[in-house]
Parts: sequence; structure tokens; C-alpha cells
Amino acid sequence: MSEPSSSPTLTAAPPGGLSPRRRQQLSRGVQYAILVVVIAVIALLADWREISKSFFNFTVAGEGMPALFTVALRNTVIYTLSGFVLGFALGLVLALMRQSSVAPYRWISAAYVEVFRGLPALLIFLMIGSGLPLAFPELTLPGDVYGKAALGLGLVSAAYMAETFRAGLQAVPKGQMEAARSLGMPYMRAMVSIVIPQAIRIVIPPLTNELVLLFKDSSLVLFLGVTAAQVELAKFGNDQASTFANPTPILVSGLTYLIITIPLGYVARRLEARKGAHR
Amino acid sequence: MSTVEIRNLHKYFGKLEVLKGIDFKVASGQVVCVIGPSGSGKSTLLRCVNLLEQPTSGQVFVDGIELTHPDVDIDAARRRLGMVFQQFNLFPHLTVLRNVTIAQERVLKRNRSEAERVARENLERVGLAEKADSYPAQLSGGQQQRVAIARALAMSPSLMLFDEPTSALDPELVGDVLKVMRTLAQEGMTMLVVTHEMGFAREVADRVVFMDGGVIVEDGPPKQVIGDPRHERTRAFLSRVLNPDQVS
Repeated sequence: MSEPSSSPTLTAAPPGGLSPRRRQQLSRGVQYAILVVVIAVIALLADWREISKSFFNFTVAGEGMPALFTVALRNTVIYTLSGFVLGFALGLVLALMRQSSVAPYRWISAAYVEVFRGLPALLIFLMIGSGLPLAFPELTLPGDVYGKAALGLGLVSAAYMAETFRAGLQAVPKGQMEAARSLGMPYMRAMVSIVIPQAIRIVIPPLTNELVLLFKDSSLVLFLGVTAAQVELAKFGNDQASTFANPTPILVSGLTYLIITIPLGYVARRLEARKGAHR
Repeated sequence: MSTVEIRNLHKYFGKLEVLKGIDFKVASGQVVCVIGPSGSGKSTLLRCVNLLEQPTSGQVFVDGIELTHPDVDIDAARRRLGMVFQQFNLFPHLTVLRNVTIAQERVLKRNRSEAERVARENLERVGLAEKADSYPAQLSGGQQQRVAIARALAMSPSLMLFDEPTSALDPELVGDVLKVMRTLAQEGMTMLVVTHEMGFAREVADRVVFMDGGVIVEDGPPKQVIGDPRHERTRAFLSRVLNPDQVS
């Protein structure tokens, strides 16, 4: 194909049509034209005056100002991190159970992962919000809503992290466990000192992605019924929007999410690329 | 007294019988080389000695303790056995020094300074004292294997097991590792070595064991087993190993 040839039959257009390169140029031109038309239609249909008044209302945006960061973002970070810590610990335990020689451990772990990956996170939060107090009337979680939020986010993310850890543990060569055992380390000691540290290094990029997902899922905390002091970004934006009858705060909340999620996603991709270069 | 004694050892992988009744002893201070074609069961035999493979039946004794007995604390027993792997299996996330100290601290409960002293002594022994702060990935294969030997020695084992320690090395790196093993042998370490290095076996081993098809075919001094083998199978194997260019 790329062979240079002086043969005239190759340089001429094929009979009855364009050369592949011409056809590609034409097709790209059509795509650009469609794109321009779509943008033009959207721009013409939109009510720009209303949009700038509703979504870019700086007076309304200013009203939420210190609280957006000092309350809403702060709570979002707290919910996310506490959920992540719980999910990390539970996920690691589930991954170890999945590898166990004790069959019931493997069953419990597999069942847990299937159930909590298969359910919408919202449903879990509704169950924690209204089901948990009925089932365990004596139980009070530390920090009330904070505890419930950590539990909900932890239960959901544990299922995903268990699968991630399982892959990480399997990626550590078998010889590492053998070397540790042959030095006289008991199984759990070898796991903790030798295998798990290596597995965690392997799964740092997917765990960073999990953190991004959790950060967004923390918006579900609003279904637990929160006070003004416990409010997170999404509810904060929504509440402000109703107070001022103007959706600007929702946009502002959205931008605040992006301030966190875009750099985190970038970090995850960088870690991924660095790992690829190392191995 | 024998450091290792194996009685009627059988090992199956599924339905495949890999070891078909092995009886075998290593006396204290002896160096025994196990040779044989791949798939002959020699690595499996070695791995049965420290129970990395669970024997299907039979008994393994080390220093008179039956490792195959259900009541034996296998982790305690393994401390007497140093193991060196074909693929080194150093811990890549730890420095060379930490590779050698971690089991001393976690298993023998030595404190950090004592463990580091022992580690540096043993790194000195294998000629790598200056690499203490490097990571395994920064070392050549031969250096990694010598660290692995130091790591095993730091546990003061009464027996060293070597599972094809030079098979994964570039030819020019084999010599340094063999030199360390030769010195160890001269110092009186009891060693059980699965190897393809016939020169090493001939020179260092007190006994050479030839295995084929899951049984010990021939067992005797190197002069006899390598120099003047009695069995046809031994002869055929040796002629393939010693003259690899000859088409048989």
C-alpha cells in the first residue's frame, strides 16, 4: 500500500469514485458542517438573557460564599474521606476473605460484592436512613449523620474496592508469599508485611478513581436528612437555588465538584501512566 | 546425625504422581546436589523439604523434628531452613537491608539494631555490603540472588535449600553466585542444591543425586554419579547436559 510506485494506474483515482484520502476529507468536512449547525441551533433556541440572569447571577452566587467552602465542601470532603477509609478497610478484608482457604469466607465475600455492586447506592442510603433505626433501635452511629454517611459510602465502595484489591493481590507474584513463608513468617504476617504493601501500590490508580466516584456519590447523603450544618455540596446548591429562586448556586456547586474531581482524575491517570512505565 | 531425612515421600499434583516414594538423607555439614531432567521432580522434592509443597504421603524430618506431623509449628520449623529461589523473590518494595532484616525482626524478634548488624554481616559475606540501601530493581540478577542468600543466612538456618539458584541468570553472572555457595560449603553449611551446574556439583558436592521420573535413580559421590554413572538414564542425561551441541 505505502510502497512507492511510479505506476500511473496507482496515482489515478479509482474508476467511478474518489480516492480513500479524498473521501476522508469530504467526510470530515460534512462532520464539521453538522457540528456548526448543531451549535447554531442550540445558540438560537437558547434564551441568552434568561441564562445569564439565572445561571450567572453573581449576586446570588455571592450569597452562598463562605458557606459553600466552609460548610458544604468541607462536609463533602468529610463524608467522602470517612466513606473511603471505611470502604478501604472493609474492601481489603473482603478481598482477603475471597482468597481464604475457608470456603464460607469466600462465599460471604462473593455474596457481599454481588449484592452491594448490584444495588443502586441511593437504595442503600434509603435503607440506612429509615431501615437501620427500625432494625437496630439501640444502635447510634458516631456523629449521627456523619456516621450514617460513612457507613453508606463505605458499604457501597467496599464492594468495588474488594474487587480492586483482589486484582492487586493476585498481581503480586506467588514467589513473594513463598519467600516470606520460607523465612518463617506466618500467613497473615507475610500478607501484612510483604504482599499487601505491594498490592496497594498496584491498585493506587484505580483507588484514586474510586475516590472520585465516592466524592460524587457523597451527594446521596441528602437522603439521610441533614441539618444546615451537615449539608454537602449538592444539597447546598439546591437549597440556595430554592431560597433565591435562581439556579446559579447549582452551577456553582457543580464547578466546586469539578475543582476536586478533575485534578484527582488527572492524578489517577498520571499514576496509571507511571506504573505502566515501571512495569 | 542427619539434618534432613525423607521417608517414602509421595507427591501428587492432581492425578499426576510427581514423586514416587523418595527415601533420602542429608548428613549434617554435607552438600548434596540434585540433578535431573526438567519434570523429574527435583524441585518438588526440595519444596517438600520446607513444606512449600505439602507431601501427599511420607515423612520429612529436619534436625530430628518431623515437619509432616500435624502438631508441628511449621513457621517455627521453617526458620531452620534457608530457601533460595530460582527467581530470587526479593521483596521489591523494600531496600536490600530491609529485605534482610524484616524476617529477623518479625519472626526472630530481634531488635532493629541487632537485625541490621546481622544483615550487614551477611551482606558482607556475599560481597554486597555497599548495596544495603539500594532497591532490588537496581541490582543485577546475580547481585539479587546473592542478597537472597544473605537474607536466608541472616536467619541462622541449619540447612540451606537452593532451587536452581543460577538458572535465571545471565551466564556471566553465574560465577559470583557459585563462588558464594562454594564458600558457604567450605564453611560447613549443610546444603541441598537443585542445579544444572555440573562443574559446581562435581567440585563442591559430597553427594550427587540423579532423579528421573519422580524417583532417585542414582545417589553417590560426584566422581561416581557424574564421572562414572551406572545407570543408562543417568548416562543419557549427562551426555545431553555436558555435550549440548551433540545431536543424540
